[in-house]
Amino acid sequence: MNDGPDPSGSFAAAPLVAAEDLHVGFGGTTVLDGVDAAIDRGAFVGLVGPNGAGKTTLLRTLNGTLKPDSGTVTVDGERVHDLSSKAASRLVATVPQDTTVAFEFDVRTVVEMGRNPHRSRFGGWSEADTEAVERAFEWTDTRQFADRGIATLSGGERQRVLLARALAQESPLLLLDEPTASLDINHQVRTLELVRELVARGKTAIAAIHDLNLAAQYCDELLLLSDGDVAGFGPPETVLTEDTLGAAFDANAVVSRHPVTGSVYVTALPEGRRSDSRAQSGRVHVVGGGGTAARYLYVLDAAGFEVTAGVLNEGDTDAEAARSLALDLVTVDPFAGVDSEAREAVETRIDAADCVLVADVEVGTGNLPNLRAAADADSVVLVEERPFAERNYAGPEARDVYDELRTRGHVVDPSAVPAAVAAAIEASASDGSTFQSAHQSPTNGGVAGDDSAR
Amino acid sequence: MSIRTRTVAWSVALSGALVAVGVASAGIGPVSIPPATVAKVLLSADPLPFAFDVGRTNRIIVRDVRLPRIALAAFVGFALATAGTVMQGFFRNPMADPSIVGVSSGAAVGAVATIVVPYALPFGLELQGAAFVSAVITAFGVYLIATRDGRTPTATLLLAGVAVQTFLGAVISLLLLHSGQSIRRVVYWLMGHLGGTTWAEVRVIALVLPPLFLLLLLYARDLNVLLLGEEDAHALGIEVERTKRLLLAASSVVTAAAVAVTGVIGFVGLIVPHAMRLLVGPDHRILLPTSALAGASFLVATDTLARSGPTEIPVGIVTAALGAPFFLYLLRSREVTGL
Repeated sequence: MNDGPDPSGSFAAAPLVAAEDLHVGFGGTTVLDGVDAAIDRGAFVGLVGPNGAGKTTLLRTLNGTLKPDSGTVTVDGERVHDLSSKAASRLVATVPQDTTVAFEFDVRTVVEMGRNPHRSRFGGWSEADTEAVERAFEWTDTRQFADRGIATLSGGERQRVLLARALAQESPLLLLDEPTASLDINHQVRTLELVRELVARGKTAIAAIHDLNLAAQYCDELLLLSDGDVAGFGPPETVLTEDTLGAAFDANAVVSRHPVTGSVYVTALPEGRRSDSRAQSGRVHVVGGGGTAARYLYVLDAAGFEVTAGVLNEGDTDAEAARSLALDLVTVDPFAGVDSEAREAVETRIDAADCVLVADVEVGTGNLPNLRAAADADSVVLVEERPFAERNYAGPEARDVYDELRTRGHVVDPSAVPAAVAAAIEASASDGSTFQSAHQSPTNGGVAGDDSAR
Repeated sequence: MSIRTRTVAWSVALSGALVAVGVASAGIGPVSIPPATVAKVLLSADPLPFAFDVGRTNRIIVRDVRLPRIALAAFVGFALATAGTVMQGFFRNPMADPSIVGVSSGAAVGAVATIVVPYALPFGLELQGAAFVSAVITAFGVYLIATRDGRTPTATLLLAGVAVQTFLGAVISLLLLHSGQSIRRVVYWLMGHLGGTTWAEVRVIALVLPPLFLLLLLYARDLNVLLLGEEDAHALGIEVERTKRLLLAASSVVTAAAVAVTGVIGFVGLIVPHAMRLLVGPDHRILLPTSALAGASFLVATDTLARSGPTEIPVGIVTAALGAPFFLYLLRSREVTGL
């Protein structure tokens, strides 16, 4: 298959797959509207995008099943749509999304079908055919199924068998349509690990993957399709940004780093958080730590309040939550106490806030300054799931500060937090709206805010 | 065991069974002839160097009366089972049979019209020729109806076939109304029959069937891949539309060659492939030859039953009477979800 026009080797530097200005439509509906993409040899490209963006259509166009209305697909220097079906399937192998096989073929027969592109109608089975099939079994760890009926396998096993069939085609390019769609999390990971191994063995793979985080974790590059066009193409961190995701998926997503894998991590948030659709207005500062406030951060943010948080230690659950919600956050180093810089920063936020929420947090000398700062708040809402005495590690001094907060504020049930905050903000607005607006400006210029808030 | 070894083993066994059924059938009838005598008659046939003395009567009964009929039954059973196997795979539908695209209805219209309408046929066509031509025209028409932009979706083809069959059924009913004296002949033809066969009638199908069967056998692997679905088949290098056209044309001609001679014999093409699939699996490289051979034995055996009663009945009645309960048994005892 490498009898291309240029044997000198400069050919290998060219991209393996080049799609140029692809337009594909069905009965008057345009599905792909000018897709351009060049994919290098040895890349694992994740095809992502919302439902109906044209991912499957693009795959079906790349493998020659669909003829584009205009534009070309070149694989290994050959125009796929000018080739016979047989020649095209020596260049491109496809693993279908639907892995059910209605007929009781045994696994070996199914994998051997992958040799069809290499066999002539009258030719027998050759040594090369046997080698390709055995290699496919080995690479996908499926030889033990060879004599079993395909219908007796589980979904994940069938997936590997169809991958083996595709490998038996010995094509440089592998296409996978939603290889993880119907699998449990364990098999999703195993399938993508396997594809990555195959890429390491020299294949080039393009996989439509609807799970952005799996795609980001396993793929070298992502191709984001939106409305039939390429909305982004490159390494995951450049493609999965809040802006591109917002535009492509019409969704509210937050992008962070996964704490374990280090890959880009997308969290979709429910509707209502976006600034254009905020139901509630007002600023809330949340004092928490150790995971006591994560829920309230989320709920208040979703309700439409402008939420700030701190002071929290880096790495704290609540700090992570605030970060993934893209909230204004004041942090200090892990295990460090609140220093004067952080204290100042948090006071600025509390001044600006219409209400301070104090979660059911454990208090030690390190975070006692948070409570002291909260004492300056316009209004205070406290959540108590345990008595303060049980979570006080800072002695009588802390008890005095807390008791004062308690007399000034409202103690509410966890479930009543959004309503209580809304009521408190309303009350403080009617008290002193001028006072509140006078404090708006310094918030954006907080010293620590620029350093430690994202 | 490799697929080739299995295919050869099954084919040899089924060929042996066909010969045994044929010899037994040649001995059964108003005049009973022992199998050894039948064998001697067969071995004394012209090109063979043997010359047994079996008596003139026996030789005439076996060679000129029973054997042509047995040979025709074998060819027709072979043809119908072949076409049924291909159609079930082609449509990926267990209810598909050889006449699914209207071949039998087309043949019936041609035959009935020839019987009923008292005009001479053009080009010197006789009843069988007319049936064959109208069968092929019908199948081609259904194909054209279902084809758009060079693509023939099997679901459309199936529905077009059903619609055309219904329409032709109405035409046949109308012809029957006006058949007058010839109604007995028409009904007899429609029921499917093998009576009064001469060697001349065997000749046509014996010439048409073998090359087409070999062609279909060459496409057995493609048919396997097509079973995975057209999308997958394309991804595995099958020229889907071209292959479908070829399979459809070859199996329609095979069916037409059979039903033109014998009328509509139901259930052979439906039941036999099913039964063989249960025995040998779905791989067409083994399924196609074994179904064909089993279909031949099945029709020879059922026709023997049909003619060994006090009065001869059309073989179509016997195949349906035996086939339908067997089919229901399969339906109940095994999940026939896929095929």
